Amino acid sequence: MTDMEDNLLKTCLYDRHIAAGGQMSPFAGYDMPIQYTSIIDEHNAVRNHVGMFDVSHMGEIFVSGKDAEKFVNHVFSNDVSGIPSGKVLYGMLLNPQGGVVDDLLVYKEFEPDHYLLVVNAANIAKDFGWLQTNAEGYDVTVQNGSFSWGEIALQGPEAEKVMTDVLHLDAAASLTFYTYCEMQWNGKRLIVSRTGYTGEDGFELYSSDDVICSIWDILIGAGVMPCGLGCRDTLRFEAGLPLYGHELADDITPLEAGLGIFVKLDKPEFIGKEALVQQKAAGLTRKIVGIELDDKAIPRAGYPVEADGVQVGEVTTGYRSISLDKSVCFAMVAKEYSALGTRLDIHIRKKVFPGTVCKKRFYETRYKK
Amino acid sequence: MSKTVAGLRYSESHEWVSVDGNIATIGITDYAQHALGNLSYVDMPEEGDEVVKGEEFGAVESVKAASDLYSPVSGKVTEINSDLEDAPERLNVDPYANWIIKVEMSDLSELEDLMDEAAYISFCEKE
Repeated sequence: MTDMEDNLLKTCLYDRHIAAGGQMSPFAGYDMPIQYTSIIDEHNAVRNHVGMFDVSHMGEIFVSGKDAEKFVNHVFSNDVSGIPSGKVLYGMLLNPQGGVVDDLLVYKEFEPDHYLLVVNAANIAKDFGWLQTNAEGYDVTVQNGSFSWGEIALQGPEAEKVMTDVLHLDAAASLTFYTYCEMQWNGKRLIVSRTGYTGEDGFELYSSDDVICSIWDILIGAGVMPCGLGCRDTLRFEAGLPLYGHELADDITPLEAGLGIFVKLDKPEFIGKEALVQQKAAGLTRKIVGIELDDKAIPRAGYPVEADGVQVGEVTTGYRSISLDKSVCFAMVAKEYSALGTRLDIHIRKKVFPGTVCKKRFYETRYKK
Repeated sequence: MSKTVAGLRYSESHEWVSVDGNIATIGITDYAQHALGNLSYVDMPEEGDEVVKGEEFGAVESVKAASDLYSPVSGKVTEINSDLEDAPERLNVDPYANWIIKVEMSDLSELEDLMDEAAYISFCEKE
């Protein structure tokens, strides 16, 4: 064992992953299952039936206090003013340059002046520090609950049926996309939202370790396929969803990432607003696009994108898409090459493969509206 | 436990070689396909290309990553298995029945550097 492996964190479901034959690999400081049987089988289970993911590595940060709404609106790109309890919003924490500190979900809790922020595992410490630093002058408490909360994502067209028939959480059926409810499981707090990262209908369940373990065991007993982070990435990619560190980063703005609808420039103020207002006025110089290759070669993150032999960008994520059987990628390219239909080449090892700029949502998502 | 086949020769980079006269038929081992997972693309050279022992001649790509193929022998590519272009998953199903390229060897003595089945089995145990 190397030092790095020794220091890896384990989620509460770790022993169950080992018992289920999970192929473990370091991810965001955690030893996580990449796959159990095969990425393709797990991917297809979520697309066609239902699958479940241990996403306990995700971070949960709680913000409360008299100034909570004002503070969340100060650090968050989306607008929480006046949203009802039980609503979930996607958006970003931005730095003053308009770059993305992290992308996250904000849950407007049922208790007044309480918000739950669900952040990427790799960014928990950075986000928590960022929130604390920027909380100065606001009457708020920022608390990092990441290590006492576990999370399961139950995803796929049969997820609702499993929620009601297997877990008997009937209230979940009446949730619409991007809303949540509070429940109890053996007297413990259980948060259930109709959210996910796969392009399918589904739910995310947050609770304490013992509850997460007992729900996991019931789902395994009912035959729900455990799915690893391998297919979590192929699924989110096909659905056009970004991954922090690939399509989003400290030096990539949400406008460049094509996520402007999650940035409310009409809000009175928020960190990063000025920079984005300026960027919008000046026009973008680069943009993340989808590219579909003519050939079957597979574009991978970091491969150069070229036009007439000159590099004009770089692949951020790419796969041989499992659901579409096409080679597709996201790439950051110079603005003048970002129009739909533009022909571009991708340099793969020693050869160059032509492709066409297309929409980033390769797979038609099936959310419960 | 990975499968091996008696009579084949094996490289440390997990390619197998079957020899018929001066023609080497080359594929990847069961150990390799298992380690790679679901294969979704095979990048092959063209017929007539020269390959050099120990040097990269193509790649096998799983869902997650690309992995270079190294030629166990030197020579000229006489044939590629074009079935793999549309069905790379055949390498997962039976990596020994589905070869990747055939090479007309320029130096038969290079075969002596490759492992026999028993040596390869113990090599894999240490990997």
